[in-house]
Amino acid sequence: MELIGAAGAASTLDLLAYSPPGWGANLLRGLWNSILIAGGAFGLGLLIGIFGAYGKLYGGPVLRDLLAVYTTVVRAVPELVLILILYYAVTDAVNQALIAFGHERIQISGLAAGIVVLGFVQGAYATEVLRGAILAVPPGQIEAARAMGMPATLLARRITLPLMLSYAIPGLANLWLVATKDTALLAVVGFGELTQETRQAAGATKAYFTFFMAAGALYLTLSLVSTYLFARLERHARRGQPSVGGAR
Amino acid sequence: MKALLQPHRIVMLAIAAAIVLWCVFTLRWDWLPKYLPLAVEGIWRTVWILAVTVVMGMALAIPLGLAQAVGPWYLAAPARVFCTVIRGTPLLLQLWLLYYGLGSLFPQIPWIRQSDLWPILRQAWPYAVLALTLSFAGYEGEVMRGAFKGVPKGQLEAAKAMGMPRWKILTRIWLPQAVHRALPTLGGETVLQLKATPLVATITVVDIYAVSSRVRQDTYIVYEPLLLLAVVYMVITGIIVLAFRALERRVPSRIA
Repeated sequence: MELIGAAGAASTLDLLAYSPPGWGANLLRGLWNSILIAGGAFGLGLLIGIFGAYGKLYGGPVLRDLLAVYTTVVRAVPELVLILILYYAVTDAVNQALIAFGHERIQISGLAAGIVVLGFVQGAYATEVLRGAILAVPPGQIEAARAMGMPATLLARRITLPLMLSYAIPGLANLWLVATKDTALLAVVGFGELTQETRQAAGATKAYFTFFMAAGALYLTLSLVSTYLFARLERHARRGQPSVGGAR
Repeated sequence: MKALLQPHRIVMLAIAAAIVLWCVFTLRWDWLPKYLPLAVEGIWRTVWILAVTVVMGMALAIPLGLAQAVGPWYLAAPARVFCTVIRGTPLLLQLWLLYYGLGSLFPQIPWIRQSDLWPILRQAWPYAVLALTLSFAGYEGEVMRGAFKGVPKGQLEAAKAMGMPRWKILTRIWLPQAVHRALPTLGGETVLQLKATPLVATITVVDIYAVSSRVRQDTYIVYEPLLLLAVVYMVITGIIVLAFRALERRVPSRIA
């Protein structure tokens, strides 16, 4: 029994070794791709979210209704379906445009498509998170800045955005965790991120438990490390604010 | 109704109606009659998986929440680890771990192969239901922890003072108030669970998403099935939201 256990352990380590015949390098490459996509999508989502939140709060009636449609539809349709629709639509649109301008068709890289598609989805959630956070900024601060004659962009950069950060970070931390996990959905489109690489490794070696557990450990590490970093970031953003110990 | 009659909204509604009409008349829908029975079956399977996993996940989430909120450390620690692991890894990975992992392990064990359950375990849906249930339990366990902790202490002390046994306190006082507190979150989480169901198509369960993929593969029509699919999910989402709103309204709550 012990012998089998020892042999099992040795072969498991061999399978996960960094250099071939181990599959460690593939898993790590997948993890790096996942992090890249999640980071890009989160950044793009944040950008959409800032404009979306400002549009929802200060925009005209038409812009507001359009943004409401955007956030409602994106949040009601499964990410997997959106990824497929946008993946085909984005690829199609780019190629149509290229052909219209007399260029060749191109194959859009999975990385770029993944970032755009997930970023579009993240943007809808980020809009809601940031809208709530901006609303939580004491109105007196913004009024005071306006009374001082600050132009709108300076006001946003110096007053609203820094002040809302402490309210937005818990929601944004959640979004980041969702982004890291949503990258797994790109495996369905065949992009070589961590889950896809894991499935290939597992399929080739038939060691399903080993590889899926290893990938799970990688994802979990990523989550735990980011949770810790976001907690630190929140503490930094809250500096100078009175503590609300016991209230929550 | 009045909100819809503002001038700009009338124009936007008109544009939306025009887009819908354009979709109906210029896009290809000739595949629809042929695949309609399959689509209905797929919708039924999606709804069925959603309902079963939400109910079973909730049944697991209540003990998980209780263990984390008030349990001794030897119950609280495993519950917390379970919730962290489930929430920290993608559902797709959990699904594939269970399906491919258990699916390759079970055939090697003789007594499972010879048991009466084998015809069921050979299919894909038990693994789909198991993975989605565990996932829902993991997320809701965390929600219920907060909900159990949020019930005012005085309520529980009053119940104890009335001489209620512990089980009765749980079923009559603690659990109903915790669930009532968590109801808005649970509604949102149920929608999230609906949005997780298409993942089961990756392990060959034929839900509505799988049906749309099949139409795409059979007929090379890309957008139409996907658009219809999005509409189906939006309708189901709407029904879930309305149902939870009705459920919330059954218990009057005081708004301070």
